[in-house]
Amino acid sequence: MSERKRTHLRIIWLRLKRNKIAVVGFFIVLLYVVVAAFAPYIAPYDPYKQDLSKSFAPMSWEHPLGCDEFGRDLLSRIIYGARVSITIQIGSIVIALLIGVFLGAVGGYYGGRLDEVIMRLMDILLAFPGMLLALAIISMLGPSLRNLIIAIGIYSIPQFARITRGAVIAVKENEYIKAARAIGEKDSSIIMLYVLPNALSPIIVQTTLRMATVLLTAAGLGFLGLGVQPPTPEWGAMLSNARMYLRVAPGVAFFPGFAIMLVVLGFNLFGDGLQDALNPRLKE
Amino acid sequence: MGRFIARRLVMLIPVLIGVSIMSFLILHLAPGDPAELLAGEEATQQDIIRVRHQFGLDKPLYVQYFRFVKGIFDGELKSLKFELPVIDVIGPRLVNTLELSLASIVIAVVIGMLAGVLSATHRYSWIDYISTVVALMGVSLPVFWWGLLLILLFAVKIGILPSGGMGGFSHLILPAVVLGTASTAIIARMTRSSMLDVLRQDYITTARSKGLVERIVVYRHALRNALIPTVTVVGLQFGYMLAGAVLTETVFSWPGVGRLLVDSILSRDFPVVQASLLIIAGVFVLVNLAVDIIYALLDPRIRYE
Repeated sequence: MSERKRTHLRIIWLRLKRNKIAVVGFFIVLLYVVVAAFAPYIAPYDPYKQDLSKSFAPMSWEHPLGCDEFGRDLLSRIIYGARVSITIQIGSIVIALLIGVFLGAVGGYYGGRLDEVIMRLMDILLAFPGMLLALAIISMLGPSLRNLIIAIGIYSIPQFARITRGAVIAVKENEYIKAARAIGEKDSSIIMLYVLPNALSPIIVQTTLRMATVLLTAAGLGFLGLGVQPPTPEWGAMLSNARMYLRVAPGVAFFPGFAIMLVVLGFNLFGDGLQDALNPRLKE
Repeated sequence: MGRFIARRLVMLIPVLIGVSIMSFLILHLAPGDPAELLAGEEATQQDIIRVRHQFGLDKPLYVQYFRFVKGIFDGELKSLKFELPVIDVIGPRLVNTLELSLASIVIAVVIGMLAGVLSATHRYSWIDYISTVVALMGVSLPVFWWGLLLILLFAVKIGILPSGGMGGFSHLILPAVVLGTASTAIIARMTRSSMLDVLRQDYITTARSKGLVERIVVYRHALRNALIPTVTVVGLQFGYMLAGAVLTETVFSWPGVGRLLVDSILSRDFPVVQASLLIIAGVFVLVNLAVDIIYALLDPRIRYE
């Protein structure tokens, strides 16, 4: 990494650090990533191990959050659930980034008819509001972890395409781009080497904020029975199951939902903070 | 103004066609033979042949497409499960969703705007602080969890409100609050920032220096102008509610169109899935158009852009 780049990152980090709320968000996200990565070492029990004698066991030293209807340790299931969520988030964001950034960069850079076609296609995708597009794709492919990742990935493409296009249009009129073109650089290398790196901050912010939306959508689909299927410990599906036992064991419904909220909040806070740190002019 | 509306309407056409093609293609892009999918798992070879003919699946794709779009509206396209025209299945459910969304948007507008104005006029006070934190929580809440918590509190523990279903006014309260929460938060944030913008303007200083009571300055002079961007947000939120009510409807067993869509996906009732996707997206696009027009009416500058 060049000296200049390092200084730049340092400035962003310093700005971010000053924003207390963003720091809280950052630590929530960090905790989430660590829990997901080291789930087998952190979780006290096997998340699939049933013990009917412990069905709906209350909170105790042995089972800090109690047990679910099959006597599975709730804390262990929530810890492993972080793994499932992060898999969905990373998988679908990668799909959305690859396709969305490509479409947005090409449309924004070349403009004209091509841009028009791409953007109208994105409008069509955006006409399916909220999680409806993901629902449509799931209805086609059927519910499973892989299909969920594909569905949420496609559902996030237009956001990335739009953001990238806007950023590319803003960058492409700069002198250094004209210079690169004048010395005969290929379009593909101009886009990859000069345009995209300079259009990166809105994409990074969008990625972070989108992580929150993706998690909410995945959990929502899980809750509807159209996402990850049981017995995989996915937070939304766990909540959906717990609904039936709300009167007997409200904790079984409470904790997975709390985990979702906490992580979503973390990404939202961190994303907002990043936005301010990367783009200080936006702040009043 | 007429030209503005006309241009917007023309721009709508390709989107609506695209949306209808996508809804149509769902059946054809699903893995497997469409006729087998429609006939169901226990179908015999004869059933499949009958279905193929009945749904015109032996015709060219573009003929099928026109039949599909026409069939939604003339009652030819029927639900596999209810054996009724899809439009008759979807219509009443759409009305229920509309009722729920209207109640939610009323809650969101009243509470959101009030919180936004108070935040702006008492900037950096504890009111502002609490409203900021609550708004951040509001957009991060999984609606299905929030719904369950409220059911637990008001239906199970206190027992003053029903836990679900449709009935009188009391059945509407919890689902409307849950569906409206995220929008309340967004409207509050939007009102706050546009109020802050407006309160900095010269004409507000003038109004104050004329010796007007602060209440009149805030509510008559500032709020009116701050409303313009907020109206857009309200309209967009309403569109999202119509479509995004799926989760709330599931939690509260509210017989809306979102719930119908999910049930139809689970029971593989493809005609209803396709038609409800198209109708929800169509309503959403029309609501957005209405928002654009209202915005242009409120702010003449938009029309000339």
